[in-house]
Amino acid sequence: MDCEVNSEGMNKREGEGCPRKNADAVQDRDASANPSSPIIAVFKVFQQELDTKHDKYERLVKISRDVTIESKRTIFLLHRVTSVPNAEDILNEADVKLDAVRQKIGLIAEELRGEDIYQFHRAFTAGIQEYVEAVSFLHYIRHRSLISLEEINARLVFMRTEKVDPKGSDEALPLGAQVLTFHVTPSDYLLGVADLTGELMRMCISSVGNGDIDTPFQLSQFLRQIHDGFSYIGNTGPYEVSKKLHTLRQSLGKVEDACYALRVRGSEIPKHMLADVFSSRTTLLDPEEGVV
Amino acid sequence: HHFSPDIRKVVQILEQNAREILTVLQSVHQPSGFKEIPSKCARARELFCTVRTQLADLKTKFPVEQYYRFHEHWRFVLQRLAFLSAFVVYLESETLVTREEVAQILGIEVVREKGFHLDVEDYLAGVLIMASELSRLAVNSVTAGDYSRPLRISNFINELDSGFRLLNLKNDPLRKRYDGLKYDVKKIEEVVYDLSIRGLAKEPESGVDK
Repeated sequence: MDCEVNSEGMNKREGEGCPRKNADAVQDRDASANPSSPIIAVFKVFQQELDTKHDKYERLVKISRDVTIESKRTIFLLHRVTSVPNAEDILNEADVKLDAVRQKIGLIAEELRGEDIYQFHRAFTAGIQEYVEAVSFLHYIRHRSLISLEEINARLVFMRTEKVDPKGSDEALPLGAQVLTFHVTPSDYLLGVADLTGELMRMCISSVGNGDIDTPFQLSQFLRQIHDGFSYIGNTGPYEVSKKLHTLRQSLGKVEDACYALRVRGSEIPKHMLADVFSSRTTLLDPEEGVV
Repeated sequence: HHFSPDIRKVVQILEQNAREILTVLQSVHQPSGFKEIPSKCARARELFCTVRTQLADLKTKFPVEQYYRFHEHWRFVLQRLAFLSAFVVYLESETLVTREEVAQILGIEVVREKGFHLDVEDYLAGVLIMASELSRLAVNSVTAGDYSRPLRISNFINELDSGFRLLNLKNDPLRKRYDGLKYDVKKIEEVVYDLSIRGLAKEPESGVDK
């Protein structure tokens, strides 16, 4: 921490050409370090307050990291649906993984109970965005549609059995179940959906490589709708959304190029060579879209 | 997010109010200003009435439970108002204003659950801004011929420094501001040193300046 305590500090100052009567200096320091001083007492309270807040923030960061990791793994898992015969197994496994992620989000909700969520939002926003990306990816694969914010939040309802507070709490919590909810903010939802488009673009390219020529066209239409929605928001949304709009345009561009190539040349090229057509385009991937 | 424009309008007025209070209090640095400290404090207190009204208005511009969603809008001006409150109280009584007193002066809460409140970090930022102001005051006191005030300021700032050392700060703006405190401490020590080697330093009086 701070290395300017007493003797070191005084030596430093002496070295800088500001000698003092040592006795006076020590006397001053002792007076100010007097533990019964009201200023010291009040700062001890501040110390506790700040420590408590920082501890909670850190706990949320840790949970959020777990949420991010498991959500990313779910996304990788979901990409395999294009290359296996039985997609259902993968989808079920993804369900199980996302249930575990939801439990972690329940822990976040517990930490946030009674708090102003925006005071801690930065601690868990990354994890939540990753979760939105994963759950909307799964939803698209199953239903070919975009999951709504309401649908996401509907699954973030947690039951907790509450013990009676022995001191007799003011809130009169009933013994038994308590409902805890986590609300994904519209901003986090948008950012997660923006990231989803990158995954969908990857899925498009890989589905072509597998000889699937229907998915690219479906994806193209879907992505275009999402893109148009984001364009409508434009710069009126949070700053991060505007940044992601740029990447979204690139993703959409790649998908549209893929569809164009399929339309123009699809009939000319044997399916197993279609992947090569796109590998020349995909070498233009910017670094961000490389391996996660 | 449609709350932001209304919030910004009130914050602008608050910033104007804060500048007016600062103008009144800044004048204590002038040699002639020292005698007029009580009247300047009284004038500043009057101006705080307007601030209370503005803050009461600000409260109505957004949902009460979303304080931290919009906190960035008023963080700067609230810290300045905390500084100005602390400065007034120091000039009046040479003590450290409590967070509760600042909240009272501004007409806001201390506890988040009770409503628009003064965050502990904004309070501490205001105190640190005051520390810089006091290091400047120590210098100007000497110029104005007041050789005892710097000693009292020195004791006060050293005590503040000890208090701040108890805090476990993160690498955030508050910590950066706290890093500046050591320069204030040093500056004041140099003033005290200059006085003491010339035999100008008298015994520090406790409490209110007579």
